[in-house]
Amino acid sequence: MGGFENFLFSFFNLKVMATYLPLIAQGLGLTIVLALLIVVSGLALGLGLAMLRACGIRPLNWLIIFTVDLFRALPPLVIIVLLFFGLPAMGLGMSSFAATWLSLTLVLMAFAEEIYWAGITAVPKGQWEAARSTGLGFFQTLRLVVLPQALRITIPPLTNRTIAITKGTALGSVVGVAEILGASQSAMSFSANPSPLTLGAIAYLVLFIPVVALGRWVETRFAWKR
Amino acid sequence: MTSPAPSPSRGAPAPGLGRPIVDARGLWKRYGPLAVLKGVDLSVAERELVFIIGPSGSGKSTLLRCLNRLEEPDDGSIHVDGIELLSPRTDINAARRRIGMVFQSFNLYPHMTARQNVMLALRKVLRQDRAQAEAVAARALERVGLAERMDHFPAQLSGGQQQRVAIARAIALEPRVMLFDEPTSALDPELVGGVLNVMRELRQDGMTMVVVSHEMAFARAAADRVVFMADGEKLEEGPPAQIFGEPRHERTRAFIRQIDRH
Amino acid sequence: MEEFAFAFLNGDILREAWPILWQGFLYTLALAAITVPLGLVGGVVLALLSTSGPRAIRLAAAGWTDLFRAIPPLVLLVFLYAGLPFAGIDVGAWGAVAIGFFLNTGAYYGEVLRAGIESVPRGQMEAARSTGLSRGQALRYVILPQAVRNVLPDLVSNTLEVVKLTSIASVVALPELLFQARQAQNATYNATPIVAAAVAYFLLLWPLVRLISRLENKALAGR
Repeated sequence: MGGFENFLFSFFNLKVMATYLPLIAQGLGLTIVLALLIVVSGLALGLGLAMLRACGIRPLNWLIIFTVDLFRALPPLVIIVLLFFGLPAMGLGMSSFAATWLSLTLVLMAFAEEIYWAGITAVPKGQWEAARSTGLGFFQTLRLVVLPQALRITIPPLTNRTIAITKGTALGSVVGVAEILGASQSAMSFSANPSPLTLGAIAYLVLFIPVVALGRWVETRFAWKR
Repeated sequence: MTSPAPSPSRGAPAPGLGRPIVDARGLWKRYGPLAVLKGVDLSVAERELVFIIGPSGSGKSTLLRCLNRLEEPDDGSIHVDGIELLSPRTDINAARRRIGMVFQSFNLYPHMTARQNVMLALRKVLRQDRAQAEAVAARALERVGLAERMDHFPAQLSGGQQQRVAIARAIALEPRVMLFDEPTSALDPELVGGVLNVMRELRQDGMTMVVVSHEMAFARAAADRVVFMADGEKLEEGPPAQIFGEPRHERTRAFIRQIDRH
Repeated sequence: MEEFAFAFLNGDILREAWPILWQGFLYTLALAAITVPLGLVGGVVLALLSTSGPRAIRLAAAGWTDLFRAIPPLVLLVFLYAGLPFAGIDVGAWGAVAIGFFLNTGAYYGEVLRAGIESVPRGQMEAARSTGLSRGQALRYVILPQAVRNVLPDLVSNTLEVVKLTSIASVVALPELLFQARQAQNATYNATPIVAAAVAYFLLLWPLVRLISRLENKALAGR
């Protein structure tokens, strides 16, 4: 067998690929579900924290800042391992899926809060004063006047950060989530052939190349004027 | 210098001045279907100050930027100080240090002090050691009246001072010719004088200069020759008295009327 | 509460696990000291290719960047470590980490630096070239210093991500901090080593997180 044939047999083995395609397609589905859950819960929690921080209650803000710093500093894989292997010792076992979801949600929450907060502080103080002078309450001002302006400038950094963290779903394979990477790895060991891994890589490209391209587009479309 | 032929003259230098130091012939520059330069000739004698005027879009800045090949002409030839600039064998970096350029927007390096701005090419192109480069830079900055401001960053200098640093950066390399691309257009009116003074002194010291500018009073007073360009062509040229006093071409007349109104 | 302390903050177990955790911590530092420069080199090359040079090369560099930004780094690592040997190419755990980080973090650094280079006005290159500096000299002395300064918060932030990412080397059994913590946990049936590892990561990286916040606020104020 020539080198090239050997290469094809190893990495583009159509027979192996066909056998394990359904398994990896399931993995793709699981990755998409996990990613969507993380995006929704992470962005929502981040926005909630940023709005709480806008209230300006000192001790609460310190707590928020510490939480945000904590989940920005810890590697996501460490959080996943801690939740999955650590919590059962307390009788608080959770599934590998839940541990991955919760971990990446906390990470996205932290980064999103930081970005939302930067956006809120970038809105000139005069906007607050003008809105309050017309009789709007604090939360009305925040929701109707400040956030719409703040969110626009947060779109590019938020998009890129969200994409990066969503790719972390692959880390779930370490604790046994059968998402794309987990499914391809089991398929690889069943078949003693790395073609399923090629298939997995292709699945990620199919999923994320459009998203990365979207991120690029968003960056130019909503670019901050320098 | 009262050549009767109004159209494409060979750009003869004014009499009494030295041999041509810049000799550009038949320069063409196109951007897609649009020709910005249509076979322009320009020759500049040693120690001569040539002023190029014309409406915006006339190609005068493009012509100037061709003279150190920041723009690549599509056709023609350019000799500067005997070197064929467009030849592929020419070391363009070596040639460029003989051609100083001053830009409308100064283009000082914002991360370096005034002195470091001047020193960079001295160190990296002329390969001077630190002490020598420091001394040369100090002299150049003194010459433009900024000895006191050597260790300031561009952001700490006024526009006029920045432009004088930019001039120092160019003259420190002892160029044979200096190109000025609208050097005062980005300046507040009260800062223009300082820059023009430096240019006047350079002229007195015998520097060869090609200036694209709207400073007509300065042109009248200091230029040896004024070139009027429109639509990528050189329409006429001559001593300032002639171009401003009795322009031959209708477009020149219209342009000067308009400028004088301001 | 006692149960919690026993499971997560167990002094005896911490004392027992301390030597291998410390080794793991040093290993993590060494990994960071190797992967950050590797990624930076890849990033500078990509950024230069995607901002200068012929159009075909610029497009190729952009495509390369997107490709390696789309593949999760762990997938890349597993592919290099567990996939390549099937083709008779065994780069080992170290090789897999080095190549994987070069490709992945290089793409991210490249994207940041490209934005930095594009933020430097064109006149800077022209001014530098007009004094006789070569293209390379102009990039090195004039363009890159400004580019780096303009995107400093993003560069530091990316570096934080790279250091955090070294934890995935545990998957290919390199004895860094997370790997050692897991080993200790398996040996003791107690989560304390993992908590200790998390605390160590936090203490190591918290200053960097604070620095990034400061830099970002400064950049925001300068707008």
